[in-house]
Amino acid sequence: MRPTPMAEPIALAVRDLAVRFEMEQGNVHALEGVSFDLRAGRTLGIVGESGCGKSVTARSILRIIDRPGRITGGRILLDPGTPQEVDLAALDPESARMRAVRGGRVGLIFQEPMTALSVHYTVGNQIIEAVRQHSDISKAEARNRAIELLREVGIPRPETRIDAYPFELSGGLRQRVGIAMALAGDPDILIADEPTTALDVTTQAQILALLRRLQAEKRIALMLITHDMGVIAEMTDEVAVMYLGRVVEYAPVAALFAAPRHPYTRALLRAVPSVLAAPRQRLATIGGAVPHPGARPAGCAFHPRCAEVIPGRCTAEMPPAIPPGIAGASCFLDVPA
Amino acid sequence: MLMYLLRRLGLALVTCLFISVLTFIIIRLPPGDFVDAYIANLAASGSTVSNEQAEAMRRDYGLDQPALVQYARWLGRVLEGDFGVSMVWRRPVTEVIGDRLWLTMVVSFAALFLTWAIALPIGIYSAVRQYSIGDYVFTTLGFIGLAVPNFLLALILMYLGFRYLGLNVGGLFSPDYVQAPWSWARVWDLAKHLPLPAAVLALAGTAQLIRIMRANLLDELRKPYVVTARAKGLTERRTILKYPVRAALNPFASSVAYLFPYLVSGSIVVSLVLGLPTVGPLLLQALVAQDMFLAGTIVLLLGIMTVVGTLISDVLLMWIDPRIRLEGHG
Repeated sequence: MRPTPMAEPIALAVRDLAVRFEMEQGNVHALEGVSFDLRAGRTLGIVGESGCGKSVTARSILRIIDRPGRITGGRILLDPGTPQEVDLAALDPESARMRAVRGGRVGLIFQEPMTALSVHYTVGNQIIEAVRQHSDISKAEARNRAIELLREVGIPRPETRIDAYPFELSGGLRQRVGIAMALAGDPDILIADEPTTALDVTTQAQILALLRRLQAEKRIALMLITHDMGVIAEMTDEVAVMYLGRVVEYAPVAALFAAPRHPYTRALLRAVPSVLAAPRQRLATIGGAVPHPGARPAGCAFHPRCAEVIPGRCTAEMPPAIPPGIAGASCFLDVPA
Repeated sequence: MLMYLLRRLGLALVTCLFISVLTFIIIRLPPGDFVDAYIANLAASGSTVSNEQAEAMRRDYGLDQPALVQYARWLGRVLEGDFGVSMVWRRPVTEVIGDRLWLTMVVSFAALFLTWAIALPIGIYSAVRQYSIGDYVFTTLGFIGLAVPNFLLALILMYLGFRYLGLNVGGLFSPDYVQAPWSWARVWDLAKHLPLPAAVLALAGTAQLIRIMRANLLDELRKPYVVTARAKGLTERRTILKYPVRAALNPFASSVAYLFPYLVSGSIVVSLVLGLPTVGPLLLQALVAQDMFLAGTIVLLLGIMTVVGTLISDVLLMWIDPRIRLEGHG
């Protein structure tokens, strides 16, 4: 059993984060009051269907949301409660301070190892650039550091691979390069946005093992974004379930799987394929599709798809948000423990 | 990499050969030959040419031989650097074209350089600041540039330059230098006359390249590797210039290939209006007079310029895109 979460210092606290995309067709509320904590040496899983705001959350923390998206509320506190506490949401995204956080304190690992690296430069060029961005060392030293990073993420013959172009490497190796690049600035927080989605199963397992090892060695606070419940079960300590820009359930991973409290979480878990299922049994699905964030249903956003909807209540009122760090579900059916 | 270059070079040579055949065919397409046109010309001015004289002229120019023989002779001489004698000018074609070729190159390169120098930064700006006021302004100007015929623009600029700036417009040289031998003073004179024709020729190409650059870059800016670069903490400026712009240059380099001959052939009307001593107007005259050797040489040169342009853009692509450079090594 891992130590209780409370023993670990909070590296990053997100509070009531709201992000809006102001477009001609109307405003889209991509995030509406998202709160969670990232703790040193622990993994927070963020799970949800496509379009629920997982990636926007990651990019908001780094302040690299694409136009016309912008943070309209909330705080993103780095080192909360310490004298160094800084609210990233209040910084100018292009300021030197924010750029030092980007890649220096918070590293980002991407979903698509094929497209996340530029084909126009060697692996070494792209890693060395990241190394030198966050420390004042010579080119030669940076190159040695880059080789060291490649070795650390398990790339064989890093001395020669450093001069390879990304298209000369396999998908698995590319993803390792992506991880090495994210580690180049020696960050203590890592955000992995669907790091294994584009990989085959064997490579997936290797990459997950690598992430776990690095996290343990460096006591990294890891935020793992995925839609794969298997990855959640294997990798995370706590889980935030997101739906349409809100955290609808937050729980320690064991509790989430043993006793999911939100109808949406239960539906997600039912949709996981099981080897124990009877042959030819249809896979359970969640009825309907995620509504467009611009056409958010009134009341609880999940009510049109919810099997346990309370007519008149869920359709009219928004269930209260979950206070950060406390297990619970944002649902009228959830009785606080 | 060497193999790639050699293969390209071989293909270029084969293409040139095909161009020479096509050139020859095209020149022979109109009914009648040079002698017919010559006789008609003389008839118009009152004098006549006897049938014997006409036959003698045909023999002199080799026009009585079968087409294949005429082609082989022509090609053979071309390879020796002898492009034949212009029938209108009654001087060797090389002499007639002579300086005009180099002046054409100078004007074309000046225009090409100007095109790039204007189109690249504006294209980048328009993409990065999509739908900003600046983007709209440049887009509007670009479309105007695309829509206004070059020769009209040339006339307007000439008028403005002459009327308000007192410039010596038209031609590439001041009257004193037209016939003068090459000297630094003549080069300086050329440099002073270059901006106007270069600007006129560059404008349409610029508008086009701005659109291409903008569209390319808009595509690239959405790619994940741009986010990767940002996430490293690079400044926005460095991120954009190092990564998506480099990728957007790819199709840009390909466009060199067709810009090259366009600048020469597309400039005929402009050259006439501006009175430029370039190859374009000469081609027009030669075609009208059915001056076979002169026209053939110019068309051949245009074709070869296209091939050279393609070769240059291939080399540029190789330099820009390592995937091409490392072809066959992956």
